[in-house]
Amino acid sequence: MSDSYIRKKSRPLQVYAIIFIIVLYVPVLFIPLFSFNDSIYVRFPLEGFTLKWYGELFQREPVWNALMNSVKVGLSVSVISTLFGIFAAKAIARYRFPGRGPLVGFIMLPLVVPLIIFGVALLVLLSRLGIPLSLWTVGLGHLIVCMPFSIATLLPRFEGFDPALEEASADLGENALWTFWRITLPMIFPGVIASLMLTFTVSFDEFIMAFFLNGTQPTLPIYIWGQLRFPQEFPAVLALSSFVIAASFLIVFIGLWINRGAHAGTIKVD
Amino acid sequence: MSSDAFISIQNVDKYFGKFQAIDNVSIDIGHGEFFSLLGSSGCGKTTLLRMLAGFENPSSGEIYIDGQPMSEVPPHYRPVNMVFQNYAIFPHLNVRDNIAYGLRRQKLPKAKRNEMVDEMLALIKLPEYGDRKANELSGGQRQRIALARSLILQPKVLLLDEPLGALDKQLREQMQLELRQLQRTVGITFVFVTHDQEEALTLSDRIAVMSRGRVLQLDTPTGLYERPGSRDVASFIGTMNFFEGKVSKVEGTKISVDAEGLGALHGDRGERAFAEGDRIQVAIRPEKLELTEQQPNGATASVKGTLKHSAYLGERSHFFVELDGMEKPVAVSAQNKLDAISVTDDSRPVWLSWSPESLVLLGAD
Repeated sequence: MSDSYIRKKSRPLQVYAIIFIIVLYVPVLFIPLFSFNDSIYVRFPLEGFTLKWYGELFQREPVWNALMNSVKVGLSVSVISTLFGIFAAKAIARYRFPGRGPLVGFIMLPLVVPLIIFGVALLVLLSRLGIPLSLWTVGLGHLIVCMPFSIATLLPRFEGFDPALEEASADLGENALWTFWRITLPMIFPGVIASLMLTFTVSFDEFIMAFFLNGTQPTLPIYIWGQLRFPQEFPAVLALSSFVIAASFLIVFIGLWINRGAHAGTIKVD
Repeated sequence: MSSDAFISIQNVDKYFGKFQAIDNVSIDIGHGEFFSLLGSSGCGKTTLLRMLAGFENPSSGEIYIDGQPMSEVPPHYRPVNMVFQNYAIFPHLNVRDNIAYGLRRQKLPKAKRNEMVDEMLALIKLPEYGDRKANELSGGQRQRIALARSLILQPKVLLLDEPLGALDKQLREQMQLELRQLQRTVGITFVFVTHDQEEALTLSDRIAVMSRGRVLQLDTPTGLYERPGSRDVASFIGTMNFFEGKVSKVEGTKISVDAEGLGALHGDRGERAFAEGDRIQVAIRPEKLELTEQQPNGATASVKGTLKHSAYLGERSHFFVELDGMEKPVAVSAQNKLDAISVTDDSRPVWLSWSPESLVLLGAD
């Protein structure tokens, strides 16, 4: 491999990649670093190791409430958006219908349109309709944010397996529902898991939609935002953020790892 | 629909948008027949097969299987099973579960089901392979499992979409033999799609040669080879030499033709209607021509030419002979016997001879 022109190692590229990763993640690492610092001020030099901010965190009722709110919204959103994602990805991958291209672009739009626009638009719409803000409305907003992630995760799974497998199942006597259960679902299963984990993380970390659409029950990011006004709370917020970062990393990493075959384009058969 | 037809395809058209994939095809296939659809890619043979399976519906016309019209019947209720081109073995199931896949609806006790799978594994000669994963199988094994998966349901018709295309030559020849034996053993109707004319000739009871969505000719392998009905069929099946000709005399079934390169020919017109002055094609297979260094006895029809080129192929040799007034050299194929003509010495005069009944007369089309 190393002797092929296109694959030979490129020193400048390696250096660039390392710098890229440092710039991307080192700022994030300051959060866990200061969360163990024995001072309420975020500044160098560090003043000693402590776990008290973590301890303090566990005694706070509102933190647990906010966490549970986020988990509730995250679980519902991930299940619903993955379910919709399966239908949408199957339709996009399997059927040629008029307006398919624009539709796909439309579904993927939330990835590029600023969320503040969606947030404001939904807020206006909901208040016009007289729907009170609650965790439900937050979930609705998160569904819009999460759908593109679901579809983008599941689409390669559908495109990577031979439609003849579904035809073979029909040929062997199974109707559409049983074919889905016995063939389609097992084939796309890693993608389903990945989609569930990815969308949960996206919903769990999402701030803007939640900011506009939540009622009296804050989600975790909203709670953290609220605490930033109080300097004495800051170290505890850092501890909480460290948890969130660790959990997010873990979930996304597991999700991508389970779904790792999808990027090759096909499911390995031979 | 003729009374003994088991599958009857009647005046079927199929359009994909504006493109006509099948053009007014009617075929009757008998019970227990090994029937092949032969044609180059894009000729509509796979579309026709997929219509039998129910994956496509005819734009017009009707398909009957065992007397029942099929257009309203979805694939999972049809009495047919299909072996797919790439076998479509379910990769997440092992060999046993692949073979037993279609049995779920029959709600059999587990012991009975295992017994049936074991029988199938024995039939396809892979008794030890039940627990293998799909990705641990070779092409030939996958092909057999695809067969077993279909046959275990005891379909009335087995559809095969170029099932041997992905195999190497040796394995293909072995599988051809096994497929033919299997078909005789289970006694069900096989509809076999292939672009390989040799394969079709070897396996089939009857063959429909297709081109551009139409059936050009439907006949037995011998019929297609010995009595092709058109130039297209004649050139698609095997090699054929063509000579432009003009009918000089018709008398009852006797016919005389002036053919370029061959001169005046006299033969039997068979059932074909030719009139004096018609421009026709005279065709003859390379192996029906005999090549000699001396002029044969006076009674035999013969013509003198120049041996331009020869190729030694082991059991037989190919010769290319130029005739006066012919642009393209005539191909001759001869078995290499001990007294065979020497192939080393090209560009010398030779004689070609043939028996009149080996000539095929085709309308100019």
